[in-house]
Amino acid sequence: MGAPHGHHLHWHGHSPIHRLPAHVKLVSLLAFVVTVVATPREAYWAFAAYLLLMLGVWVASRVPLGYLARRMVVEVPFVVFALLIPFVATGPRVDVGPLSLSEPGLLAAWGILAKATLGVMASLALATTTEPRDIVAGLEHLRLPALMVGILTFMLRYLDVVVGELERMRIARESRGFRATSVRQWPAIAATTGALFIRSYERGERVHLAMLSRGYGGRMPLLHETSTPASAWARGLALPAAALLVLVAAVVLR
Amino acid sequence: MSFPVLDVQGLAYAYPDGHQALFGVNLHVHQGERVALLGPNGAGKTTLVLHLNGILTAGKGAVAVSGLPVTKDNLLEIRRRVGIVFQDPDDQLFMPTVRDDVAFGPANLGLRGAELDARVASALEAVGMADFADRPPHHLSFGQRRRVAVATVLAMEPEILVLDEPSSNLDPASRRELADILRSLDVTVLMVTHDLPYALELCERAVILSDGVIVADGPTRDILLDEETMRAHRLELPFGFNPATLPER
Ligand SMILES: Nc1ncnc2c1ncn2[C@@H]1O[C@H](COP(=O)(O)OP(=O)(O)OP(=O)(O)O)[C@@H](O)[C@H]1O
Ligand SMILES: [Mg+2]
Repeated sequence: MGAPHGHHLHWHGHSPIHRLPAHVKLVSLLAFVVTVVATPREAYWAFAAYLLLMLGVWVASRVPLGYLARRMVVEVPFVVFALLIPFVATGPRVDVGPLSLSEPGLLAAWGILAKATLGVMASLALATTTEPRDIVAGLEHLRLPALMVGILTFMLRYLDVVVGELERMRIARESRGFRATSVRQWPAIAATTGALFIRSYERGERVHLAMLSRGYGGRMPLLHETSTPASAWARGLALPAAALLVLVAAVVLR
Repeated sequence: MSFPVLDVQGLAYAYPDGHQALFGVNLHVHQGERVALLGPNGAGKTTLVLHLNGILTAGKGAVAVSGLPVTKDNLLEIRRRVGIVFQDPDDQLFMPTVRDDVAFGPANLGLRGAELDARVASALEAVGMADFADRPPHHLSFGQRRRVAVATVLAMEPEILVLDEPSSNLDPASRRELADILRSLDVTVLMVTHDLPYALELCERAVILSDGVIVADGPTRDILLDEETMRAHRLELPFGFNPATLPER
């Protein structure tokens, strides 16, 4: 029944995680990440517990694990960075085979890897189960300034339009025999980018006129005033609450 | 005596760069009329339309809607009375869902709750798009987007509906569907168009705007059959289309 939607991360579905209100998920994500980041990195078993919790959420979201795992590649730059630390950090060294590694460096690398992985997993759980526009609505619900909500809304709405425009310009360029194979052809690409900027700017002006024509007075009307049942908060905050228990245990048992 | 829905008198306008687009336009549109605004590219049609709800401010002359002058103080009421459907639906539809987009106008007028929902539902019903309320507008076909654009304006219950080239880019079936919708609405219409058969089909009256002035005003059929005026203002009937051979309406 599920399927990915266009170029977005969202995976269409109807799991309990999908059904949670977006703002509850946002608060839950933030609380979970803060808890993970606050955990001392020597508390190895705590990270194992977090991983189990996160895997539980992934399974409950009914998004195929392969789909989620493939999208973990955004983490690669952090992994590379973390793997370099034991080589360049100072302090007492340990020998692993032919390599001489810094001990504090190893610990720092482990901390970054573990926390980044959990953070990316949690963010993916949000992004795959929540439509981008619902995330924006959730931010609005959480009292993000109206101007920022407006900017995000427009960005989402016109991303497809601008990408489509860029694609049509590319096709038109190539239909006239253009191939971007060498640096000498960069001016043509720069010109396209400039044209795209002007077109987007002009479209912005036309959209603004159309908004004024419908009585827009500088403030987006609030269209959805829904209340969130306590049960939704309870379900949504179960994850960070469990994580917090783990954190408390880790600190107390140290 | 009742006021004309639209009363444009001696309207002149020059763009900030100095280009003068309108040179004294006079136009009256009465309750229940459907009027086609014809004219070649660059005649000033869109410029005129942007004056009707105060987006552009008259350099000289005046515009009034049902007796209310278009001035800074009246803008919100003027924009309720004059509903403009722009040429490119992508400029008009910017909210995440069709429902929110149709709600945007009436919400700006202060409507909320059940009253707002009812407005949205009846506007979408009128254009046959009720089943698409929860879809994002950019996933709809062009013809569907044009219809939603009409609904966004209908939801404000305007006294006059102004359409800028409503049939452009539509396939023949969508073009006919839109005509059926426009005919079914009980509202005064001013329709800018290059599609002369469409003008004849939908509007009993036509005016020609050329080089910033109204040069002809009369029954659409007579205007289209006036070869001399048509030629003088770069208007041409499409191949094989002869209003004279069509039956009287
Ligand atoms: N923003 C602007 N600044 C300066 N001149 C403009 C601007 N917009 C339009 N014009 C000029 O005003 C004149 C009338 O333009 P307008 O867009 O009203 O014509 P139109 O009748 O709608 O044409 P079309 O049939 O091509 O849509 C044209 O000569 C045009 O070049
Ligand atoms: Mg125009």
